[in-house]
Amino acid sequence: MSTSRTLATAARVLHQLRHDPRSIALMVLVPCLMLFLLRYVFDGNEQTFDSIGASLLGIFPLITMFLVASIATLRERTSGTLERLLAMPMGKGDLIAGYALAFGLIAVVQSLLATGLALWALGLDVIGSPWLLLLVALLDALLGTALGLFVSAFAASEFQAVQFMPAVIFPQLLLCGLFTAREQMQPVLEGISNVLPMSYAVDAMAEVQRYPDATGDFTRDVLIVAACAVLVLALGAATLRRRTA
Amino acid sequence: MMNSSGVAVLARGLTVVRGERTVLRGIDFTVPPGRITGLLGPSGCGKSTLMRAAVGTQAKVTGTLEILGKPAGDATLRSRIGYVTQDPAVYDDLTVRQNLDYFASVLQPGRRHRDTRRDYVTRAIADVDLVSHADSLAGRLSGGQRSRVSLAVALLGAPELLVLDEPTVGLDPVLRRDLWNLFHRLADERGATILVSSHVMDEAERCHRLLLMREGEILAEDSPEDLRVRTRTQTVEAAFLHLVDEANARQAGSPQQADPQPKAIQENAR
Repeated sequence: MSTSRTLATAARVLHQLRHDPRSIALMVLVPCLMLFLLRYVFDGNEQTFDSIGASLLGIFPLITMFLVASIATLRERTSGTLERLLAMPMGKGDLIAGYALAFGLIAVVQSLLATGLALWALGLDVIGSPWLLLLVALLDALLGTALGLFVSAFAASEFQAVQFMPAVIFPQLLLCGLFTAREQMQPVLEGISNVLPMSYAVDAMAEVQRYPDATGDFTRDVLIVAACAVLVLALGAATLRRRTA
Repeated sequence: MMNSSGVAVLARGLTVVRGERTVLRGIDFTVPPGRITGLLGPSGCGKSTLMRAAVGTQAKVTGTLEILGKPAGDATLRSRIGYVTQDPAVYDDLTVRQNLDYFASVLQPGRRHRDTRRDYVTRAIADVDLVSHADSLAGRLSGGQRSRVSLAVALLGAPELLVLDEPTVGLDPVLRRDLWNLFHRLADERGATILVSSHVMDEAERCHRLLLMREGEILAEDSPEDLRVRTRTQTVEAAFLHLVDEANARQAGSPQQADPQPKAIQENAR
């Protein structure tokens, strides 16, 4: 591993984004807009806004980073720059870590804005620390980045990559406990939801919303999300091949 | 730096399979150091595959392939080879300079090499004559300019071997002449070994040595002049066609037409 190459890669990814201000605006502002909408959709039922809003603070970064990371790495593959980098003294881990770092930074900005808006402008009622919300949001962003990097290996075009979003994210969204408590699902579905990482992301957010301090369950959930992110990042690195047919 | 036989690239029985197809069929050739070796042949004859094998990005390579004395794909070779793919491999949403800065920091990372990197980048931009476009986005450049950005990336850090896959395709005559002059400067002044492919036969005359390819085999390995003399032709193109006809005749199995010159085809019975 080379820290310099990781940092150079992260800087390069951010430079690329800087030339694309519209994408930055979409990434940062759309979650805020959704929270705003949500607040007034549940205008008569603030408790629902509290529970769904907290969960969404974790889900937005996951979805955004999934999309951005899958398209960005797919472009890297199809433009030939990936082949070029791997023909140069570039470590696969350095490249993946560089991407994770760059998208992680964007996720911090995105989460700061969304969390700030939800807590102070929209009156989201959270008993725990906002910093814990931020921590979970950041880990979710890393998980989204990791999943995006990974699935981009199976997409031959940007068209296919976008289709992976409903395929990979929607089932998790349905089963993560956002719409109905996981224990009330059909037992098979509950079993499936137990092995999907987004379930733990949402559980962790719920813990922060309900308890003033980090609970044991919170710690477990956060560790599971972090472990999944690292595992999928490693899988993503394994899909990068120096020699291809 | 070179191996004992003093060649930059040495291939013996080099075979590459892609899917069902055998793209390179047990070929033998060498590339001399510090010279420009042209790899010529029609589209689809295996030129790109041969180059990818040399750079170490091609899967399913068998036989012997030594680059600068090391087996192709060896990790220590990655900073010693500059590689230009057929389609420009650069980031369209970065400027020319940002592209080069990034690739330079992959090649020579770390804060203490900052000055070295800046020199690399400045020289590479000047080499490909893009000084006036250094701060333009690569995606806004013309096709020819983008392929020169891609070439500039390969020139970073003065690599010992340059593998250039059709770098002049689609360029106007003036640019093509300029690039060939650059290739000669790189070989003559910086001692670089250049392996450059083309399917334009008139570029062959500008090479020191030629590898003529057809259907995954090497038809001939010679200097342009010797090739013309040996086939009693006026141009490399005519020489190539002559050799192709001979090979076709041989394949058709008419021994009376078989080539009396044993060097023309290094037939492999593998």
